[in-house]
Amino acid sequence: MNGRAQNRAYVIEGVSLYGDTAADLVLIDGVISSLSAADAPAEAQRIDAAGLVALPGLVDLHTHLREPGREDAETIETGSRSAARGGFTAVHAMANTTPTADTAGVVEQVWSRGREVGLVDVFPVGAVTVGLNGTQLSEMGAMANSRAQVRVFSDDGKCVHDALLMRRALEYVKTFGGVVAQHAQDPRLTEGSQMNEGLVSAELGLAGWPSVAEESIIARDVLLAGHVGSRVHICHVSTAGSVEIIRWAKSKGIDVTTEVMPHHLLLTDESARGYDARFKVNPPLRTQADVDAVRAGLADGTIDIVATDHAPHPDEDKDCEWGAAAMGMIGLETALGIVQRTMVDSGALSWRDVARVMSETPARIGRDDDHGRPLEVGEPANVTLVDPQAAWTVEPSATASRSNNSPFGGIELPGRAVATFLRGAATYLDDRFEGVPA
Amino acid sequence: MRHLLDTDTLAREDAIRILDTAGQMAATQEREMRKLPTLRGRTVVNLFFEDSTRTRISFEAAAKRLSADVINFSAKGSSLSKGESLKDTALTLQAMGADAVVVRHWASGAAHRLAHSGWMHGHVLNAGDGTHQHPTQALLDAFTMRRHLVGGGKDPAATGKALEGLTFAIVGDILHSRVAGSNIPLLRTLGANVVVVAPPTLLPYGMAQRSDIAVHHTLDEAIEAHDLDGIMMLRVQRERMTGGGSGFFPSPEEYTRLFGLDGERLRRMPDHAIILHPGPMNRGLEISAEAADHPRSVIVEQVSNGVAVRMAALYLLLAGEEAPE
Repeated sequence: MNGRAQNRAYVIEGVSLYGDTAADLVLIDGVISSLSAADAPAEAQRIDAAGLVALPGLVDLHTHLREPGREDAETIETGSRSAARGGFTAVHAMANTTPTADTAGVVEQVWSRGREVGLVDVFPVGAVTVGLNGTQLSEMGAMANSRAQVRVFSDDGKCVHDALLMRRALEYVKTFGGVVAQHAQDPRLTEGSQMNEGLVSAELGLAGWPSVAEESIIARDVLLAGHVGSRVHICHVSTAGSVEIIRWAKSKGIDVTTEVMPHHLLLTDESARGYDARFKVNPPLRTQADVDAVRAGLADGTIDIVATDHAPHPDEDKDCEWGAAAMGMIGLETALGIVQRTMVDSGALSWRDVARVMSETPARIGRDDDHGRPLEVGEPANVTLVDPQAAWTVEPSATASRSNNSPFGGIELPGRAVATFLRGAATYLDDRFEGVPA
Repeated sequence: MRHLLDTDTLAREDAIRILDTAGQMAATQEREMRKLPTLRGRTVVNLFFEDSTRTRISFEAAAKRLSADVINFSAKGSSLSKGESLKDTALTLQAMGADAVVVRHWASGAAHRLAHSGWMHGHVLNAGDGTHQHPTQALLDAFTMRRHLVGGGKDPAATGKALEGLTFAIVGDILHSRVAGSNIPLLRTLGANVVVVAPPTLLPYGMAQRSDIAVHHTLDEAIEAHDLDGIMMLRVQRERMTGGGSGFFPSPEEYTRLFGLDGERLRRMPDHAIILHPGPMNRGLEISAEAADHPRSVIVEQVSNGVAVRMAALYLLLAGEEAPE
């Protein structure tokens, strides 16, 4: 089990807030009490943060923690460790567990287990439809009113493909300020699909997952959201066409938010050559033109946030033929480094922008009131320290996750999170984990 | 060559070496004593995750005529149908000391995984992986084409030659056909012109835009536009036809009208053009009985050439560089 941090005070000295303002951060009783080390009590633990960047604790809107049901792949505890090490203070745990998170009972179980572990705030995502079956709305009101206070609903892994059901869901969640996060994938256009439909799939003889299967659902759903005046969130945008449709929707004032995954910012379908199933993911890795488009979309705000789609799978589901392998890849510990490599070091985003796309906006979309707050006096002490100079080579087996299905093994990343504070307690510091009292 | 996995990565000189060796193997098969001692003591496993009696017995005959020990491991009635993984099967075969594994699998890339995942050390021959490739089929087709269209006189096997400047049409389900998947790259490697004839629904992504392949959407148009030296009719899988709006073409009748090879179309092709089919045929669907049984049909010969080509592939992988006998 994790140790418990007991109201210890921290003073983070000489840190660069958002990469542009030098300050100290004094964390006492769960809040930022001062921006000057002079105000820190004598017993406060001092952290020399010269050269580090402070960001509000990262928030992942799209995580698979696998518990309940697939504890062989991940548990709330191991996933929380991986998240804390990646710089996250909150994660949204997707509903495709066994049993499905489609009742107040299941979401409360996930939520309270997250509290018990205490390394990140685990916000359960509720299923839109019972059993993710796409036929009957789940009791979203009960989940919203439970202790877990669910605000994000998604059938992720499956698309809510029935247009009428999607309309009803979009309307219904307005009752409690919820949002539907759509996994945009036309099921008929992607039957049996194994990878992006393109020249590489043609050469490899793998059934294609065409871009249009994502784009047509996004087009339909932004129109529906506009029609009923609801907000809609689009999961894992992966194609150039999707970015264009979303740009158009935003120009029309439709309340749509979107996310992109680190792997879609970095990798292309060329990775599938060799049939190494660690590169099998849904939606699939696309072409370089798509990578360029999602990067541009993230840079200009068309894409609102980066989320991980952290999807742990045990070895036996990846160390096999491509067609038999599971889809998905872990990503909590590599997300920040990939964003730095693809967006910050190229000048497309500042660290202040990273705070926006990895903390502030995901917290706002998920209605996580205590997360994504400014690094100011009186605000919750949810803080991530980033060392942008800590170049490292990804070693999948070194992860805190229970699974090691990372596609980034051997890739060099320029920086990483070095410390994470949740409500003033160091959940991850000096490569140790400490839980926050529930 | 360590493995034979696809024709994309098969070098021209290796392809020609296989064809030449197959010529030598074919010559030995006309003797009274057809069995060669070349692979005595070596073990070849036929690992079939998919039914394919024709391909399996062809490989089995090839290995046995080279005196190898042959183990047939097929999905029905074995651990393969009980959910044993490809990896565990590979580990088992490794432990048994398989020198070569001939693998047929429903998953594209399965042979590649078997060869490159460190699960086993033997040589891997791809006997068809999903909708990807079937390289020995393409090699036996090339062998057959070369004999009929390049060879002659003192050297019927056309030793050392490629298929330079010849034009072949491949007709049918290019999208799902591993035969087409292997034939198109190999024919290009050997210098032949490739004409593809298919409805747009049965073409792989991007093929219509390729500058090195001619694409036609009716057989008449292709016959009109090219002086074909050979035509390969692909088998139409019944399950591709209809079913819940996902059929790739409206009806078998329409397919036959637009893409079927019959005597009338045959007569509009050059007199020397040969007819190939990887089998098994749907007579009356993609090929009429008249075309299938025509003197220019080399379909039965493809089968016997298949044994020679597979002997050559096994020999070159397992026996190294020495000449046979």
